Amino acid sequence: MIEARNLWKKFGDKVVLERINLQVQEGEFVTLVGTSGCGKSTFLNMLLGTEPVSSGELLLHGKPVPGEPGPDRGIVFQQYSVFPHMTVLQNVMAARGFARRSLTGALFGSARREAREEALGLLEEVGLSHAQGLYPAELSGGMRQRLAIAQALLGRPGILLLDEPFGALDPGIRADMHDLVLRLWRQYRLTVFMVTHDLKEGFYLGTRLWVFDKTRHDPQAPNAYGATITYDLPVGKIDRDTLSDIDRDLARAVTETA
Amino acid sequence: MKRLINQTPAPMLRVLLGLLPFVLLVLLYMFASEARLTENPSDKLLPSFTQIGDAIERMAFEPSKRSGDYLFWEDTLSSLTRLGMGVLIASAIGLALGLFTGALPLVSASASPLLTVVSLIPPLAILPVLFIVFGLGELSKVALIAIGITPFIARDIQRRTQEIPSEQLVKAQTLGANTSQIICRVLLPQLMPRLVDAVRLSLGAGWLFLIAAEAIAATEGLGYRIFLVRRYMAMDVILPYVAWITLLAFVIDALLATLSRRLFPWHHHGGQ
Repeated sequence: MIEARNLWKKFGDKVVLERINLQVQEGEFVTLVGTSGCGKSTFLNMLLGTEPVSSGELLLHGKPVPGEPGPDRGIVFQQYSVFPHMTVLQNVMAARGFARRSLTGALFGSARREAREEALGLLEEVGLSHAQGLYPAELSGGMRQRLAIAQALLGRPGILLLDEPFGALDPGIRADMHDLVLRLWRQYRLTVFMVTHDLKEGFYLGTRLWVFDKTRHDPQAPNAYGATITYDLPVGKIDRDTLSDIDRDLARAVTETA
Repeated sequence: MKRLINQTPAPMLRVLLGLLPFVLLVLLYMFASEARLTENPSDKLLPSFTQIGDAIERMAFEPSKRSGDYLFWEDTLSSLTRLGMGVLIASAIGLALGLFTGALPLVSASASPLLTVVSLIPPLAILPVLFIVFGLGELSKVALIAIGITPFIARDIQRRTQEIPSEQLVKAQTLGANTSQIICRVLLPQLMPRLVDAVRLSLGAGWLFLIAAEAIAATEGLGYRIFLVRRYMAMDVILPYVAWITLLAFVIDALLATLSRRLFPWHHHGGQ
């Protein structure tokens, strides 16, 4: 479904990602981990269409990923994912309006009623029914991310991209959110890519773990080489030694970049 | 004893402290006026409050001997109409310019340099041009206000548009939104409270252009009246007019602030 062939990403002289080759099947849940600045978010942005590919190919259903975001790829950012001027319900209903080919995306009559029903159902599923009349600024961080997820799902994307969606949340709320995401992933048969800097999150969630790290280093030219995927592991079959290996590698990468 | 920076007045004291300078100014004026009037009863520079009261009575509550109009209210009405029209036109044009230059890089590329240059032209310097082109009627005064504050509003709205997090635009696109839907549903509603803010900030300049234009060519208006009676050194008219303009400016600002809180409650919850 998604395939990268010798994918490179450079910002000017700085190589961020290099020699990335991979294939992802429909329905996989891939977690991307790595040190900050290793290019995992950049990879996500290339899937999203907001960052162009420097060289190589990134294919979606056999065709290059479009150069702009589209309804087949939903996104939840760490923040600013929801519209602050709409109530919770309006935020979710907005997706239905945007899906219509109209000038303003406003909904009327039966279309509006249907969107409302559907939005209410989805809010129920993510546990936000009681907050439907509130504005995002009145919600807690966790509720806001639930809203962002509900909103993304109403667009019926095949692929859901999560860019450190729970990075700013408390540990307890984070666990609830993990359950929610896993449940929705199964229910909607999504293909999920989730960027996180929490390695444990990567082991707990999903079916596949990618670790982004640099394999080559030039102390005189730290920008000459980019990160690549150093581990591509099926989740659930990883033993304790591998976990500590990755942990050590990432710790080393952190001290080197520092 | 706490440090000075940590000492805050109690609510009651705060109000008293706020009123104090006003009371002092009024008292100072009263003494100065009294002193001058005892020396020379026909002194015009600092009229007493009784004289000012008489002038208000004459201007606002008695018909003018010449035209039969209540000059004070006539002046207020025509000035507010000019200001309102000028500000309305400026907001509409400023919003459209700011929105499109802020949202569409292609429009911005061609319009932004021009907008920057135009905003540097001192509006009063082209007032003669406006008089030549539009004549001495209402149009040139409204045009001066509109031309004077449009660039400010446009550039402010442009900046506010660009400040809206790109995450929201990306999100809307992943929900299938096209450009016009993003403008209508994501950008425009979020810009409305910012437009009110921009208008509030530009009203001071609006008053300046209004009074300047009225001083030069008008037959009624608050600014016209002040400059007209200056010839007779009629401080008893000028001072209440200035106070009235100040009060109007204050009330308009307060109304806009209330309107914004009513219409855009989400804007006043304090950011995301």
